[in-house]
Amino acid sequence: MAEPGIHVRLRQQGPIPLDATLSCAPGEVLALVGPSGSGKTSILRAIAGLLQVQQGSIRINGDAWFDAGQSINWPARRRRVGYVFQNYALFPHLSALHNVMEALLEYPPAERERRARETLSRVRLAGLEERLPRNLSGGQQQRVAVARALAREPRVLLLDEPFSAVDRATRQRLYRELAELRRELAMPVILVTHDLDEALMLADRLCVLHQGRTLQTGTPHDLMTRPDSVEVAQLVGLRNVFRAGVIAHDESRNVTTIEWRGHRLEARLQPAFAAGQQVTWAIPQGHLILHRRDRPSLGERENPVSGTVTECISLGENVALTVAVNGPERPPLFLNLPAHTARRNGIAAGVTIGISLLAEGIHLMPADESRTPARPG
Amino acid sequence: MDWSALKLSFELAAWTVLILLPVGIGVGRLLAVKQFRGKAWVEALLALPLVLPPTVLGFYLLVAMGGDSTVGRIYESLVGRTLVFNFEGLLVASVIFNLPFAIQPIQRGFEAIAPEVRDAAACCGLSAWRTLWRIELPLAWSGLLSAVVLTFAHTLGEFGVVLMVGGNIPGETQTIAIAIYDRVQAFDHAGAGIMSAALLLISLIAIGAAYFASSRAQARRHG
Repeated sequence: MAEPGIHVRLRQQGPIPLDATLSCAPGEVLALVGPSGSGKTSILRAIAGLLQVQQGSIRINGDAWFDAGQSINWPARRRRVGYVFQNYALFPHLSALHNVMEALLEYPPAERERRARETLSRVRLAGLEERLPRNLSGGQQQRVAVARALAREPRVLLLDEPFSAVDRATRQRLYRELAELRRELAMPVILVTHDLDEALMLADRLCVLHQGRTLQTGTPHDLMTRPDSVEVAQLVGLRNVFRAGVIAHDESRNVTTIEWRGHRLEARLQPAFAAGQQVTWAIPQGHLILHRRDRPSLGERENPVSGTVTECISLGENVALTVAVNGPERPPLFLNLPAHTARRNGIAAGVTIGISLLAEGIHLMPADESRTPARPG
Repeated sequence: MDWSALKLSFELAAWTVLILLPVGIGVGRLLAVKQFRGKAWVEALLALPLVLPPTVLGFYLLVAMGGDSTVGRIYESLVGRTLVFNFEGLLVASVIFNLPFAIQPIQRGFEAIAPEVRDAAACCGLSAWRTLWRIELPLAWSGLLSAVVLTFAHTLGEFGVVLMVGGNIPGETQTIAIAIYDRVQAFDHAGAGIMSAALLLISLIAIGAAYFASSRAQARRHG
């Protein structure tokens, strides 16, 4: 029995270097995230059959769409993919209805129209069937594109930055709609986005890409709390990444102790790194606890460090703090707080604060040699 | 008014358009969509009639299709008359001379289609023919119209190549442009004037219609 879902392995040196392996199960949303030029769209295009890759394979529910070893390469039109392009790529001279009907050519004309109308009403476009794309708003165009992609009952749905061309308010609405829609979808859904928040919100799993290489795939929580490397940590937006030395492991207490700038920090047990080894460690925002200045609490016993606020920037309802720990010349800690918490604690530039680094959140990674000079500690 | 010359010119223009339209679609689309080695040279070669003096092109065509040439001999043995100084020779010359007028507007028309639209058609399961017929040709239609009008009007007005390849045989190869020249040579300025005005009017209407249609298409696109 073939493994259900889509399984992709792509390799080539150029012109667009790729070294990507990913899978997506039926009904699952996998987000490909990474900076511009990381190969996200190329992977999507290769899956659709729009980009020929030198090596690898693409299998869906056991069928090979592409296998360089066996010289199998189905053309795009036979692959049955639903593709929502970044700018939707609607047929500009055809109405919304006919845009969708073009994807239904395998049905007789009457059936084609019935199905197209049905799909359009599924994406809440009933009544706008006769409009040309230029007479539809950005959000409505996106829905036509989704309807056209879904009409064919595709074996995989590919979404390439589908929310980038609409305004913020529309985007929020479309997020909700996609979240609702995806519950009804039985096929794998692969979403390309450069917006990490979007990926975290919509995807079951994230696949982090850099320069055409898949670095790590996992649930949003896994990637945010257990990145495999400094590269991944930074690509998923972790800003608190530092170097330290491993002191010891204590299996009975489930603790690994590290030394960081003279502090002995307890991390959750991570025996893969030997005592004495240099490591990089990261901690997500949610595991940094500000010590209340008026009323100390129990959590403060866990890895307490103190530092001076060097920058305090208000970002709407939040405040972004930059905290110098053990001197302003070393890479600082970044801490985000609700504005009211910052106000209640009298936090401003120049104030000294205490922070607990929760052991559960301290994640060790191999030392990032390339960054040694830039990030000494 | 030399009606037989006008009729001949129309026939030549119509046949030239009829032959060049599919050629323009095929070659124009290929040049718009595909990248290949030597593409710039192919484009340059196809644009050559734009800059070459018509008499030069006419001379080479005369040499290539004349009775002493292989092409000319094969044609004569098959059909029983010479290729040059006949309508068929005129048509071959006209087709070659109008290549850039047919191909370039169509190529621009295809180039203006966003590549993702073609990709979307493929992902919708459309065959190459269906994509061409249903998506690309309707989107490139103002280019097609320009090609038809330019080729037609340009053939009507062509002089040098036609004279070189066709000679000036009334009823056979004398087109309206040559007939005008003939009248002027015979000091029949009134006759030349009428024919010139007719040619001017026809050309103006054709070009005007093409511009009007293309500006409307553009307005719709940016609607």
